[in-house]
Amino acid sequence: MHAFNYHRPSNVNDAAALAAKSADSKLLAGGQSLVQAMKLRLAAPTDIVDLGMVKDLAGIKSDGKTVTIGAMTRHAEVTGSAEVKKAIPALAVLAGMIGDRQVRNMGTLGGSLANSDPAADYPAAVLGLGATITTTKGTHAADKFFKGLYETALRPGEIITSVSFPIPKRAGYMKFKNQASRFAIVGVFVADMGNGVRVAVTGAGPCVLRLAEMEKALGAKFAPESVAGLKVKSDGLNSDLHASAEYRAHLITVMAKRAVEAAMK
Amino acid sequence: MAVKVSMKVNGKPVSADVEARTLLVTFIREHLRLTGTHVGCDTAQCGACTVHMNGKAVKSCSMLAMQAEGADILTIEGLAKADGTLHPMQAAFKEHHGLQCGFCTPGMVMNAVDFAARHPNASEQEVREALDGNLCRCTGYHNIVKSIVAGSKAMAGAK
Ligand SMILES: Cc1cc2nc3c(=O)[nH]c(=O)nc-3n(C[C@H](O)[C@H](O)[C@H](O)COP(=O)(O)OP(=O)(O)OC[C@H]3O[C@@H](n4cnc5c(N)ncnc54)[C@H](O)[C@@H]3O)c2cc1C
Ligand code: FES
Ligand code: FES
Repeated sequence: MHAFNYHRPSNVNDAAALAAKSADSKLLAGGQSLVQAMKLRLAAPTDIVDLGMVKDLAGIKSDGKTVTIGAMTRHAEVTGSAEVKKAIPALAVLAGMIGDRQVRNMGTLGGSLANSDPAADYPAAVLGLGATITTTKGTHAADKFFKGLYETALRPGEIITSVSFPIPKRAGYMKFKNQASRFAIVGVFVADMGNGVRVAVTGAGPCVLRLAEMEKALGAKFAPESVAGLKVKSDGLNSDLHASAEYRAHLITVMAKRAVEAAMK
Repeated sequence: MAVKVSMKVNGKPVSADVEARTLLVTFIREHLRLTGTHVGCDTAQCGACTVHMNGKAVKSCSMLAMQAEGADILTIEGLAKADGTLHPMQAAFKEHHGLQCGFCTPGMVMNAVDFAARHPNASEQEVREALDGNLCRCTGYHNIVKSIVAGSKAMAGAK
């Protein structure tokens, strides 16, 4: 790992000021992606701004309409939260599927979204529920946040502070995981919002994406058979040593059907 | 950049001036000379480096020592009693042959102790799932799972 200057601000304004100071600075949350990237020298920031001691960035609140989760909330806290389990059980299930216990004890919601790994789980819930991402510079709608492979709408030095998830009528998440890494080969989040259905797919494209055709079919009738026959085109989907684009296309239909089944339970 | 880091390790306050890029596992092994915590993969996969931070299992190869500032760290050396009496989970690993070469064992035991404290009546299936982040190249896992099921019961009984 290359050497860097280490900063440990105690509030979010100081963190933002420190992050803005140097063009090659990086925010550090759980470190589960960033520390490994630095060890491999895929990332070599001059400055690390550690969010670990920043006040008021972690925590879960629910007001009956939305569940708001602080950026520094660990995956283990979300999966274990009674409030999340009650309001959006699919979100608690999803957080419990991320990596392994040790990773879930450190990894954070904000880190996962900022990283926008093409196979990450949280982006599926954020896009699937149409969540709002609050940052030090304003808010981002989920539909405009994920821009591409490891690319988001965040500007340099912009810090995610929390994410507000609208509470759906019902929702389900299913992932076909890579047995070695636990990341999604394909993961599908289905949400019946009461006034429409949203379907978000992770693992299949450069970043999380929505499937209009499935949303329409499920809007007409929210049942597994509405999507079971829908074939997804493999054009533009990821193809790697784990799965071909055609296999991923096939998996999207299978996972979508199972996610609907999970949502109806 | 040299920085000062302070934490409690196995109940004792420790502090040192380290390079900011020092990993927690490096601090534990090379600065404190507590070599029971192992480095298997160095890439967050194998769990041999698992320690507890404030009672929760974490991979010490995947975080900076600075991220443990002020924390309570427990390593495998801190589990047994001062008189050498093994922790119930360690005793269960011994009894049920939960190790062969022993390389993965410190991480397995540390993860198991945290898991068992939170899930006192875990099923064999739940134990297997809890081992997602720990790899063993010798045992085939079966005796590790048996050890953890037995160790969990012993821990619940010892309360
Ligand atoms: C073995 C292993 C298995 C894993 N399996 C999965 C899996 O199955 N599914 C999955 O989704 N993920 C998985 N992950 C990734 C894990 O969820 C990470 O924790 C997550 O991607 C990054 O979160 P972090 O808090 O560790 O962020 P860090 O690694 O600290 O940071 C990641 C990036 O986000 C930026 N950042 C962090 N916080 C903020 C913020 N508040 N605002 C703006 N930018 C910020 C950082 O600057 C950095 O660029 C796995 C990781 C490991 C090591
Ligand atoms: S050495 Fe840390 S997970 Fe393998
Ligand atoms: S006992 Fe040898 S690696 Fe597990």
